[in-house]
Formats: sequence, structure tokens, C-alpha cells
Amino acid sequence: MTKTVNNRAWLLVLPVFAVVAFSAVLPLMTVVNYSVQDTFGNNQFFWNGVAWFQDLLDPSKELGGRFFEALWRNLLFSAIILAIEIPLGIAVALAMPREGWTVAVSLVLMALPLLIPWNVVGTIWQVFARGDIGLLGWGINRLGMDYNYTGDSFDAWATIVVMDVWHWTSLVALLCYAGLKSIPDAYYQAARIDGASRWAVFRTIQLPKMRRVLLIAVLLRFMDSFMIYTEPFVLTGGGPGNATTFLSIDLVKLALGQFDLGKAAAMSLVYNLIILVVCWVFYTVMTHTDASRERVEA
Amino acid sequence: MTLIVEGVSRKVGAEDHIRDVSLSLLPGSLNVLLGATLAGKTSLMRLMAGLDAPTSGRILVDGKDVTGLPVQRRSVAMVYQQFINYPSLTVYENIASPLRVARLPKAEIEARVGHAARLLKLEPYLDRKPLNLSGGQQQRTAIARALVKRASLVLLDEPLANLDYKLREELREELPKVFAASGAIFVYATTEPTEALLLGGSTATLHQGAVTQFGPTPQVYRRPHDITTARVFSDPPLNTLTARKAGATVSLSTGGDGHAAGAFAAVPDGEYTVGFRAHHLRLERPSGEPLAIPAAVSVSEITGSESFIHLDAGSRRFVALVPGVKRLDPGSAVTAYLDPRDLFLFDESGRLMAADFARAA
Amino acid sequence: MARITLDHLAHAYKPNPEGAGDYALKEINHVWSQGGAYALLGPSGCGKTTLLNIISGLVRPTRGRILFDDRDVTDLPTEARNIAQVFQFPVVYDTMTVRENLAFPLKNRGVPQDRTIARVEEIARLLDLARVLDRKASNLTADMKQKISLGRGLVRSDVAAILFDEPLTVIDPHLKWQLRSTLKEIHRALDITMIYVTHDQTEALTFADKVVVMHDGAVVQTGTPDELFERPAHTFVGHFIGSPGMNVLPCRVEGAAAYVGEGRIELTRVYPGLPEGRRIELGIRPEFAWLRSRGQGLPVRVRRIDDIGRARIARVEMDGKPLAASVPDALVIDGEEAALSVDPSHVHIYADGHLIPGEPLGRGGRP
Repeated sequence: MTKTVNNRAWLLVLPVFAVVAFSAVLPLMTVVNYSVQDTFGNNQFFWNGVAWFQDLLDPSKELGGRFFEALWRNLLFSAIILAIEIPLGIAVALAMPREGWTVAVSLVLMALPLLIPWNVVGTIWQVFARGDIGLLGWGINRLGMDYNYTGDSFDAWATIVVMDVWHWTSLVALLCYAGLKSIPDAYYQAARIDGASRWAVFRTIQLPKMRRVLLIAVLLRFMDSFMIYTEPFVLTGGGPGNATTFLSIDLVKLALGQFDLGKAAAMSLVYNLIILVVCWVFYTVMTHTDASRERVEA
Repeated sequence: MTLIVEGVSRKVGAEDHIRDVSLSLLPGSLNVLLGATLAGKTSLMRLMAGLDAPTSGRILVDGKDVTGLPVQRRSVAMVYQQFINYPSLTVYENIASPLRVARLPKAEIEARVGHAARLLKLEPYLDRKPLNLSGGQQQRTAIARALVKRASLVLLDEPLANLDYKLREELREELPKVFAASGAIFVYATTEPTEALLLGGSTATLHQGAVTQFGPTPQVYRRPHDITTARVFSDPPLNTLTARKAGATVSLSTGGDGHAAGAFAAVPDGEYTVGFRAHHLRLERPSGEPLAIPAAVSVSEITGSESFIHLDAGSRRFVALVPGVKRLDPGSAVTAYLDPRDLFLFDESGRLMAADFARAA
Repeated sequence: MARITLDHLAHAYKPNPEGAGDYALKEINHVWSQGGAYALLGPSGCGKTTLLNIISGLVRPTRGRILFDDRDVTDLPTEARNIAQVFQFPVVYDTMTVRENLAFPLKNRGVPQDRTIARVEEIARLLDLARVLDRKASNLTADMKQKISLGRGLVRSDVAAILFDEPLTVIDPHLKWQLRSTLKEIHRALDITMIYVTHDQTEALTFADKVVVMHDGAVVQTGTPDELFERPAHTFVGHFIGSPGMNVLPCRVEGAAAYVGEGRIELTRVYPGLPEGRRIELGIRPEFAWLRSRGQGLPVRVRRIDDIGRARIARVEMDGKPLAASVPDALVIDGEEAALSVDPSHVHIYADGHLIPGEPLGRGGRP
């Protein structure tokens, strides 16, 4: 009896497999196919073995050089925005009101940036940061600083980082806020009775209780920033020079700009693999903390 | 409906949640699952409801195998420890909700809700929202909703645990009447032995996922088959000591000895674990041939009607329940008496060897 | 260590309270002496938690003062009050070991390391936590966690009082016994004022030397467990304390007898000048009312007999009113007809719910 039921359950899952096969597995196989071939147009393809991968992973080659540069930019960018958004998000969450009508207002305000489409965010900042008509760019220039995100690499980076922080810190803050709300009042009261300082309360109660949501926040922000495309594409188009050419932008340049399908396919596979590995690491860490939590509660 | 649980086990990962449980529940019966937190009460109920499937074993309803049949296709109602009601609906709408889902005619709904509300004394509150009611009334609403469905199996998972002591007492007194008015099988989980006794019916004692004994409640209480059952079914906790019988005398591990009468009369010479409940340990010498134990008072707790005296005897700690107010200074020496007719004797595997039930009222 | 004085204390959650109905806590004057064990007992919503929060400094009372010894602490925050509290659900610092948990309050107060170590060891021994000192606090059972909460209060040498807010709620019955006796032993060993809030009469009565019974925001009686049991000052106390509670029956008093319908109950006191036009009731506890065979007392109808293991309790009807009574061990009742005998010295007379003291028989007033 149990068996039939289980078999029927498998039938229900079949459509999902079908959809996944068409939407993910088939395209991926196409990419794999491209990655081991070369073409000179006219839809003629030649077997090329793992040559693209060898080129890609060798920094002395042209392809490898630009790949590692872009990868380095990606990692640096992710590290910078995590270093800013996580602490800032926690700080904002701690500062948000816990009760009263201000809760709803602050929640709506926090959610606003999250509701704006990526390309619109890029466009907003593109205008906002312009030296001639943009309020921000104009203001900074008026303060006597030489600011031009289309010409200066540092300015371009700073603008993208600030834009990302503006766009996504509220996600981190909202997640942390949810974590904070789940802490019973008794904990704060006990800490007051124990004479704990504000910092001790944060370290011994709030941070441990936020651990799980923080892991989720780090994972989401890392994945998202590692795959960033739209905003820098709209804002700087990868420039000045290659200063803000991230992996995703480079990939598009390679595949659509230069029509190097084989190289692009190899690069996207490696890119994909990196993301999968990072995902797996996070997943393992999270399930591990979950498991140890359950043991505690049991 | 008859519900038969046949050799059911459930494993989650490497852990045994339920171990080889067999029970047979009759229509119109009240069955108490008694055990500590995590003894498996909720896990067993989830299996009965069809919320979980067993790893092995079968569940039969009226002789038909329903193992693995999902909960929607069984006739089951549940009441939880938390008061679960729809906050935006009135008490009436809450009780009527399962009937509306089942698209019963309006007159039928009204009749059934009216009946359940009368039974649970909810009539004055039918137009109120649950959150404006006391905990007791909220839980009454949840119970009424479980009843109107006329499910053939009603599961109540510690339904009184979140209520104030007095509300608990009040509702507990009414529940047997409410249950008797229905022909369903009731399964009621609790951690409290006294609650099991007050509810009556049958009791299954649970320990580490296994049912240690199942039978009429007073019988399980007075004649536990093993020491685990006796422990589960004792509050204050079961007192134990070791006794050695040699011929006509008995010597106790805590010091003290006496004549091998009562339960001791029926067993051969040897060493036994003696179990006895708090009200069987007396501080005034009873008639007959009691065993005497020298002890020191560690704490006395007075409730007004009775006193709980915590005693240290040898390396053991006992609780004695004596009537009236008995204020004893900590550290003072007393003699505690045991009537050998009140004792349970267990062998080294914990199986009940002998007990004298002549006195059991 | 301190004596706690509640001086004309009252609290309303509404900003501008007018009538008595606006007060969650009606005016209370009370002194808790240093080193006593007290319980605040009452149903949900009776004001006991409000009072606890006022003592701990979480709520500032609308009126009145609260004094620790002679120091007015009404406006002091929690952390300046030298109190400790054990909550309904265990509060431990998950990331710390048991030892670090116990040392935490001392560390925060800058107590030197060597004194901290010694004190933590001492308290751990007292609470039987010594063998788990180096385990993570989050991996322990609920009763252990409650002990850690208590321990964090006890390590401080300056603690004036320890407040308990229904600390046994999440503890299994057989562990409650151990934890309760631990509390008692600690109280005896350390001479600290303890205040225990609960709705559970057994917990309140077994823990406290003095129990404060609250109802509807007001204190209805303060007394030792035996006083509350034997002479409830109000029918509410009679009902709330005892399981089952006191039987309360409308009656008429004539001389040294009370009449419930036709049934006559002898009294040991007389009540001259019982106020006219008020609700007169008699109270008798089930422990002092015994079921007898038919004809050996007031006639009653037996509805049900509950067997609670160590005793049997009969649910009977007398003149149509429900009543609980004790059943003697050997008694066998056949059918519904039975009788009731009561101990006249434990019958109390109430007017509008309040105990009327009356006068002993033979000192005037004899009919």
C-alpha cells in the first residue's frame, strides 16, 4: 500500500522534470556543445577539445587574462558590497522601530528601493550622478572634488557600489529586522538585569539570534552581486576602459560583441561552476547550523 | 469505527520516534496517551491522523488498511495545545467552518453548531471574536469545531496545557461528558498522571516512543506491568529502593527492615526493586506490620490540605504525601513507614513480580 | 537583600484613569520582609504580572511608591534595582557555556576574575550544575536552563530579591518536583527575598511562606497556605485554592445552624446581626465534607465518583446544588442515594462573598 502511494507521488514530479529538462538541461547541453567547438561562421563547427578551457584558465593567454581580471573585479565588488551592506543592514534593522505606527511606515520605506526594476535603478543613477545635470554629480563637483564616473575608474566603482548599497541594503535590513523581531522580550529584560551593556546585548543575544537570517542575507547578496549585470551595463557599459567590466558583461561582449561562441561558452560554464560551488558551500553551512539547532530543541 | 494500530514504527533519520506500537481503540472510547515531553505522544497521534506515514506496521480502520492514506481522506479532527481559531471569524463561524467547507445545508449547520455550543457552554459568546475571549473559551471553541465535524477520530494534543489551573480543572470536569455524547474515538495526550485518572477511559503509557502498557486507566495505575509504567503514571514521582528478602525478613537498602508480609509473601528470596507512591509513605505508624525506614527531612511543602515531605534516606530521596499541615524542620530525623501491602516489587529487568492489591479501593 | 514595601501602589494602562475599572492594579499596600518566600497567585488578568513588572522596574506605577528597604526605587530602571528574575521560558545565552552564562552578570559589573571563578563554582555546586559547567548552555534541557537563569541571579552578592514568573511552565511534571525542592533549599541556604508569580495553586502554596491571592486587580487575601486553606477570607479564595475548590452554597442562617433548602448544618459559631439583603452563603471544603451511606447525614444524590488514585472525590447534588465531597476508603455506595456529613468547625459563612467572622458559641447570641 505504502509503495503504490510513493510511486504515484513520483508521477506527480514528472512534469517538473520535463520543464527543468527543457528550460535548463537542454540549453546547458548546447553551451557544453559550443564550449568544445570552434566556428568560423556559416554555421560550420569544428571539434576543438578542451582548448578553450585551457586558454581560459591560463592567465598568460589573452582569454585567461581577461577572465581572471573580470573574476577579480567580481570578487572585489562582492567583497566590498558585503562589507558595507551587511553591517549597514544590521545597523538599520537595530534602529528601526519595534512597535507603533512607525513600524508600517519604515517597512514601506525600506521596501521601496527593492521594488524598482534593475535597469531603472541604473538609469536613475546614470542621470543622478552626471556632472552636468545630475544632482549628485553636480553637487560633488561643486564641493570642489573632481568627479566623473564616465572618465575615472575609481569614480565609476564608487558610483556602482553606492548604487548597489542604496538598492539592496534594505533587503539585508528587512531580513535582520525579521530575525530581531523573533527574539522574546524576556531576553532583553534578562540582559538588563544581568547588567549587560548595549554592545553585550548585541553580541550575546541579537547577533546569535540573527545568525540564520544573516547567512541567508549573505548568500543572497553574494549571488546577486556576483552575477551583477544590468546596473553597471546601463550606468557605465563596463567602462571606463574595462574598469567595471564584470564577468557577466564580459561574457556578453565575448558572445554577442565578438561572436566568440566557443570561448564564451567555456567562460559561462566555469562562471556557472563557481556559482554552484559557492551555493553548495553556503547550503552545507546553513543545513549544518539548522541541524545543530534542531538537536538543541529536541 | 474501530482503529487498530498494528506494530507501527516510525523512524526519522537514525532516530526512533515510535517503536512497535500496537493499540486497538473502540468506538465511543476515550483513550489517554500519558507520557513525558518527547515520549512520542504527538508522533503517535500524527500517525493515527495520517499526517505522517509509518516506517513499518499497519493502521486499520474497521478492518481496512488505511496506512499511508492522507489526512484529507480520513475522518479526523484535531485539537492542539495552542488555541487555534480563525481570528477574523466569530465563534459561531469558527465552529461552523468545517461544515461550511463540507457544504452542509444551513439548517443542519445551525443545529450542529447550536448543539456543540450548548455542550461547551459557548452560547453567550457566539457573536464574539476568539481573541476577545479567555483562553478557556478559545479552547472550548476549538474543541467545538472538532466535534461538529462528527469525525470518527478526534485527537486532542495536551488541550489544557496552556490554560490556567482553575480553567483546566473546570474544562477537564466537563470533557468526559462532552466525549460521552459522541460516538467517536477520542485520543487525549497529556503529561499529567492526575489528568489521566480524572478523565478515566483507557490509558496507554508511553516511554521513549514505545507503549509500555495499555488498559483501563485505574487498572494501569494500580497494576503497572513494569517499573517504567509505574514511573510514567506517578506524580509525585515513584519512590524506589532496593530490598532483599531472606526467609521471613526483608532488609532495605536505605536501612530499616521488617517482616516479609504483603507483596513480599508471594515472592522467593532474593533482591527486588521496590516501588511505592508518595501517599504510601507514611510518617505515622500504620496498623499491621509496616517496614520502618530511618530518614531525614530535607524540605516540607505545605498546600493547606496536605503536605509533601521530601526525605533523604540513605542515598535515596523520597517524597511523602501526608494529609493535613505537617511542618517539619529541615534536617530533623523521622521514621517513615511502608505498609508491605502497598508496594510494587520489580525484578532486575523491571517487570512487576508482585503486589498486594487486596487493599486497592 | 531587602525588605520590599509597596506604598499606595496602583497602576492603570490607560493614560487618564477615572473609575476603579480603569485600574489593572488597584491600590495596594504591602510589606515583604527580607528573606521571605512569597507567592502572587491568581488567574490570568488578575494583575499579578503587572505587579511583578512594577517590582522589576519594567512598568512605572501610575500612583504610589515602591521601596527596597528605605530606598525609593520607583523611578530606578531595572538594572539599578539589584533584582534577578527567572522567566516563564528559559533565557540562556546560547553561544556561551554554562560557566560563561553564570559569570556574565559578574563580568558586566567588573568583578575581579578570581572572585568570579570562585563564586560561579559555588553557585554551580548549589544548583547541581557543576558537571555541566563547560557544556554549551543551548544544549541543555529546560529544567537545567531554568537553573542557569536562577544561577545568573544568585551569583550576584548584591541581589535584593529574586522574581519568578511562572518558572515551571515548560517543565515536565516529574522534574517539577526536583526543581521545586531545589528552590526551597536555595531559599533556605541563601536568605534572599523571593517572589513567585503563578496561576498554579500547588506551586504557590508549596513554595511560599506567605501567599498573596489576587483577583480583578486587587489583593483578596494574604496568608500562609494553611490560613488560605482553612479560613478563606473570600469565596474567590475558597474556590481558587484547593482542588476541587471550596463548595459554596446559598443558605439561611438561624442561630447556630445554617439551612441549605431543608438541610440543616450545625455551626460552631453564631452570626448575630448578619446584614440584611445581602447574599448569604456557606463554604465547606470537600476535605471536610464526607460522603456517608444513606440516612447517615444530609440527603444527597451522587452524580459521579472520581478516583484520583490516592483518594476518591464524590460529585453530589444537595437540594439541586452541585457539591464535591471526600469518599472514605471503605465506603461503597449503591445507587444514587447517599448522605453527607460535614465537620462543623470548618463551615464558614460569607456575606456577598466576604467571610463573616461570627462569634464562638456560648458567648451570647445563643438562640
